[in-house]
Amino acid sequence: MMAKYLLLKHYRGAPASVNDVPMDQWTPEEVSAHVQYMRDFAARLEGTGEFVDGQALSSEGTFVRSDGEGRPPITDGPFAETKDLIAGWMVIDVETYERAIELAGELSAAPGAGGKPIHEWLEVRPFLGAHSTVTE
Amino acid sequence: MDEAVLRTLTPTVIGVLVRRGADFAAAEDAVQDALVEAVRVWADDRPRDPKGWLVTVAWRKFLDAARADTSRQHREVRVEGEPMPGPGEAVDDTLQLYFLCAHPSLTPASAVALTLRAVGGLSTRQIAQAYLVPEATMAQRISRAKRTVSGVRLNQPGDVATVLRVLYLVFNEGYSGDVDLAGEAIRLTRQLAAKTNHEEVAGLLALMLLHHARRPARTGPDGRLVPLAEQDRSLWNTRLIAEGVDVLQAALARDRLGEFQAQAAIAALHADAQTAEETDWVQIVEWYDELVRLTDSPVARLNRAVAVGEADGPRAGLAALAELDPALPRHTAVAAYLHERDGDPVTAARLYAEAARSAPSLPERDHLTRQAARLNARLRG
Repeated sequence: MMAKYLLLKHYRGAPASVNDVPMDQWTPEEVSAHVQYMRDFAARLEGTGEFVDGQALSSEGTFVRSDGEGRPPITDGPFAETKDLIAGWMVIDVETYERAIELAGELSAAPGAGGKPIHEWLEVRPFLGAHSTVTE
Repeated sequence: MDEAVLRTLTPTVIGVLVRRGADFAAAEDAVQDALVEAVRVWADDRPRDPKGWLVTVAWRKFLDAARADTSRQHREVRVEGEPMPGPGEAVDDTLQLYFLCAHPSLTPASAVALTLRAVGGLSTRQIAQAYLVPEATMAQRISRAKRTVSGVRLNQPGDVATVLRVLYLVFNEGYSGDVDLAGEAIRLTRQLAAKTNHEEVAGLLALMLLHHARRPARTGPDGRLVPLAEQDRSLWNTRLIAEGVDVLQAALARDRLGEFQAQAAIAALHADAQTAEETDWVQIVEWYDELVRLTDSPVARLNRAVAVGEADGPRAGLAALAELDPALPRHTAVAAYLHERDGDPVTAARLYAEAARSAPSLPERDHLTRQAARLNARLRG
């Protein structure tokens, strides 16, 4: 039975990568190799019928909450000190949890500084299904 | 028959149905249904009179829908049978449909969606794919737009400027999925130019053709952005450039300058340069002065600062930039570029990295990161 997983990439909040060098300190060729790896990865999952969606997020956001009826919402931020900051995601639809882990591992090995794998920490989150399974 | 050719008949056929008494929303639905049937039937048996065929089938679909609707509401059927073709059949309401779909009461996103469907003849599914939203979302956007303009009569005069803004939005969306929106915007603008005698319609058409001509050179094989100065100019489409220049010259000859003509003139000067070094930046600055005078747009001022940097040196460019709001999108990227040209790679690298963090798109972010990386690597070496 296919199940969807969110592979989350963090700007901040995940444990430090093994190959932890800011991207603007790589060489231009290393940046290109990384971008190409990500594109190839998504294209391959499209080919296997496991790709659902992938998006990157801007590094700055705003917090918003209602301030009651008839009033404009209150906004706050962006907070430079936010501990957890999401950079982007990929949604995959795969046969097993093991397959989700395997793919997250491959994505984490995208090349970085020195052409070596970044080994960054990605978060794998199963989707809650929209339909309940018949159990009786 | 090519699907695009079939789609060119869409607004004409909607116009015929509206003249026969159908309201716009129902006519538009009926023509969409007829298009679907045409794609299915015409492959084997193409009619001799495609427009007549579409009118007949769309009218029948309109009647079927109207009868179903009235019987649901237990009312008398008001529309009956095939009307005699009257003098209205020869009138082409395509231009009026452009105005209706770009009506000022619509939000830009709604006007874009409605224009692509009712004037462009694209299906809701195709429009949804192009804008990366679910089909149901796009269907709602279109039906709300139709309700918004339901009280507008087709014979009311419209404002060409609002139509041009909608077409320009479509063009700038580029292409994603199966639908080439830039190509579609050019087709719709070309069709509009054939039906009006307006120098800014020609100006926008010229601008689109000149920008489109550079598309093959604008991205590398790996999808990366290639800036104008680094583009392989042999990849530029000379046929489109020639057409764009012709259209622009005819428009400029009428001596009623507008913002799209000014932008097209700048694009034409870039297209005219065999190499980046041969670019006539002095003239480009003059055109940006015109553009700023016409629009007072901050984006035009920002681009002008880049041009000043090329014409009069990076210090002059930085001075022009200093007069602008630093919060403007791409302000930091322009500052980075001018500082590098001014021989300050340390500041430039820092600004490129900063610009990458606030980049509005992934290709731009990757490009700016690569620029920062290039300078940092050089500083290390």
